Amino acid sequence: MTVENDRSEKFAGYAHPERLVSGEWLEAHLGEPGLVVVESDEDVLLYETGHIPGAVKIDWHTDLNDPVLRDYIEGPAFAELVGGKGISRDSTVVIYGDKNNWWAAYALWVFTLFGHEDVRLLDGGRDLWIAEGRPITTERTTPDAVDYPVVERHDDEIRAFKDDVLAHLGHPLIDVRSPEEYSGERTTAPAYPEEGALRAGHIPSAANVPWAKAAAEDGTFRPVAQLDAIYREGAGLAEGEPVIAYCRIGERSSHTWFVLKHLLGFEDVRNYDGSWTEWGSTVRVPIVKGSEPGEVPAR
Amino acid sequence: MTETTLPESLAGIRDDFLALGQRERLEMLLEFSNELPELPERYQEHPDLFERVEECQSPVFIFVEVSDEGIVHLFATAPREAPTTRGFASILVQGIDGLSVDEVLAIPDDFPNTIGLTEAVSPLRIRGMTALLGRTKRQVRARVTAKD
Repeated sequence: MTVENDRSEKFAGYAHPERLVSGEWLEAHLGEPGLVVVESDEDVLLYETGHIPGAVKIDWHTDLNDPVLRDYIEGPAFAELVGGKGISRDSTVVIYGDKNNWWAAYALWVFTLFGHEDVRLLDGGRDLWIAEGRPITTERTTPDAVDYPVVERHDDEIRAFKDDVLAHLGHPLIDVRSPEEYSGERTTAPAYPEEGALRAGHIPSAANVPWAKAAAEDGTFRPVAQLDAIYREGAGLAEGEPVIAYCRIGERSSHTWFVLKHLLGFEDVRNYDGSWTEWGSTVRVPIVKGSEPGEVPAR
Repeated sequence: MTETTLPESLAGIRDDFLALGQRERLEMLLEFSNELPELPERYQEHPDLFERVEECQSPVFIFVEVSDEGIVHLFATAPREAPTTRGFASILVQGIDGLSVDEVLAIPDDFPNTIGLTEAVSPLRIRGMTALLGRTKRQVRARVTAKD
């Protein structure tokens, strides 16, 4: 059972307005059958300090990542996880979180890998909800477990692996990290732990559009005209061309993936979750340093 | 000095965590988080003195004081929106404050990995606490050198 869409005017310009809900909409629909609210944060304890009444918590690291393989959990584990949170295959899932919905977008992307149809983000995330004075509670949510089918994860459409990126070179790439990470000037001071990649720089030809550019001051997504200016005019993305986004481990680029796929309506958008921690440590893959995108190497 | 010894204060905290189940460990970390003391007045106006721990995803700042008697005082500040990082800082503040320089420098660098939080919090996040401890020890060394 799905819950009606938020028909706010603000969302009407987006390619898929049904992927967003406002705080006003969510507060009005809390407790409605078929709706499950999920909080997903960078900080594993933030939910415990207070959350939207009835919301359940899904942690990107301890819940969604496989504890052994560098991969996401498989169908059986996903079914157990979300079924235990009271989510059915036909539930409307609204995800929100800290840091402009950074981790919420990551969770949404993982739900999409499993083909969960109706999954939306709360525009503005946790901070705006609190800033607007909407209800927060520390009361533990105790959902009744439901049956969620074991579905196979489908990586092909929205997930890119390293070899996919190599084959993709020549088509648009978006590097959503900070300018310092992109140029490769970010250094690791003596005695500080390593950042997790052996080389610095970016994938040749990638345009640098830091992920948070898509968010306004209050954490909501920018209106479609501004997003067009950033991604179409600024980064040169055009209709019909496949695009891959990446960052350090694929979380910030999930946010950009959401913007490109659901708000701007690009058809073929993939997230390279191996991202820089894989590319920057892989032997003999091409790398460009400096603030210019650089050329695609001849093959 | 290469010998490492875990001070009683930190050993007690470790034992308390290890006695609990995974979910309760998170709850105790939240209690630590809530207990992180406010900065003393003399430091509230001096954010410049504090060193940012870059390895933590959330902004956390630390400052170490070493008294003439060689006693270490650790001060830390992190936003309420970063309870995990606050919890890490609070564990170290409670466990380290009042120890001698030698005792602090002898704390095993892998202490954060031994308190039973890697599963509940994830190894990646524990790295932030390892960095906090590493920078604390470095500041202690720097203060001692400055006094010599």
